[in-house]
Amino acid sequence: MEKTEVGVLALQGDVIEHLQALRRAGLTGVEVKTREQLERVDALIIPGGESTTVAKLLDRFALREPLAERVAAGMPTWGTCMGMIVLSKEIVGMPDQPTLGVLDVAVRRNAFGRQVESAEVPLDVPALGGAPFPGVFIRAPWVERAGAGVEVLCRLEGQAVMVRQGNILGTSFHPELTRDTRIHRWFAGWCARARSAA
Amino acid sequence: MAEKGSTGTVKVKRGLAQMLKGGVIMDVTTAEQAVIAQEAGAVAVMALERIPADIRAAGGVARMSDLSIVQKIMDAVTIPVMAKVRIGHFAEAQVLQQIGVDFIDESEVLTPADDKYHVDKHAFTVPFVCGARDLGEALRRIAEGAAMIRTKGEAGSGNIVEAVKHMRTVRDEIAIVAAVPSEELVARARDLGVPLELLKEVARTSKLPVVNFCAGGVSTPADAALMMQLGAEGIFVGSGIFKSSNPAKFAKAIVEATTYFNDPKAVAEACRTLEGTAMPGLEISKIPPDELLNVRGV
Repeated sequence: MEKTEVGVLALQGDVIEHLQALRRAGLTGVEVKTREQLERVDALIIPGGESTTVAKLLDRFALREPLAERVAAGMPTWGTCMGMIVLSKEIVGMPDQPTLGVLDVAVRRNAFGRQVESAEVPLDVPALGGAPFPGVFIRAPWVERAGAGVEVLCRLEGQAVMVRQGNILGTSFHPELTRDTRIHRWFAGWCARARSAA
Repeated sequence: MAEKGSTGTVKVKRGLAQMLKGGVIMDVTTAEQAVIAQEAGAVAVMALERIPADIRAAGGVARMSDLSIVQKIMDAVTIPVMAKVRIGHFAEAQVLQQIGVDFIDESEVLTPADDKYHVDKHAFTVPFVCGARDLGEALRRIAEGAAMIRTKGEAGSGNIVEAVKHMRTVRDEIAIVAAVPSEELVARARDLGVPLELLKEVARTSKLPVVNFCAGGVSTPADAALMMQLGAEGIFVGSGIFKSSNPAKFAKAIVEATTYFNDPKAVAEACRTLEGTAMPGLEISKIPPDELLNVRGV
């Protein structure tokens, strides 16, 4: 059986950091910039970056619908920070910014404040077990409301910052900027199970 | 978040620059221009009183922008807002940090405030970007705490030649450092005027320890694609957008060319949508030597 290929949406943002983290976790990562590349991958990470920029590029290059369709069809998908915003159903206070609408949450952008409030915070993530996870928050969003099918995996100051809905994972923070590969390896586990099921 | 977390760490400062990669940062002077930039897909805006071409034309002393302009721009957009301080002017930087600017550009485009020293950027929570023409300048700025580097190019010239020179110089010098035997590094660090530890890191990783963008002279989508192919991790456009005859179209096309920089078909498509002319350009040799900006702050 061929190796699982995890795509990293490469329109803008910290793409290389995710590719490097995937390699550290023993996975093969590839850049996804086109529809053809999107069709080939088994799973997808939407990295950190600027959500307004990526939302516009997804529309201009006709990637929004095929991407939303693949996620809805069960492709394991993980959004970090900007990626979680792009996956969400709603952005609080910004109804005009288009999203994929596949993750049943309302997110608040820049929820913790501007860049001077960006911080490193140790996180308690029971699903991972072991030591606290090094949370890196950069102009980060939080999940303000989550639908019934959404499991909250971590909270910070009472706000949801890591959520899962079936095949979709969202984190407000950036595991790809740390040496801790637990979430990348955990996500790899989903990818392997999704492949064997298919 | 402050109660349990650490703000202003190297990781979150360099991290914001990493989130801007593959994107375009645009100079704007009004809230309206900032909205045009955000609509076009800019990843950040640089809030200025005057764009570099106008600073060049006006002459005199160029300082930090009027704070009311910066504040109006911060209120108008949701993307990060950057602003410039004079080289060495740490009090201007303190003021910009105080009002909550997301990134500070310690910039040669403004008139230097200190003829010897740059700002101690480690002392700040807000991240800094600085210009560099070569590896020595880049690593000195990083040693001072810069979280991001950009080429200096020649701001407001509409001429890409200096940015190309600076990007190639840094790239070539990194390649040399990565190739030479380790016993040469101490002497090379001395010659470059940089800390040995930083030079060792460059030798090991074959890259700068922070993100490196292109700035100074980008005026067309093809300019952006050129710089990205030469290794820039993103693009600053100063005068190139609002000195063109169709800013909204130029802004959008430069964003698209930056994303698909290695796909000539997409870049051609972006060029085709311009419906206007680029900003007028200056031949570098025709700029009087005392008006060159890129020689400031070495």
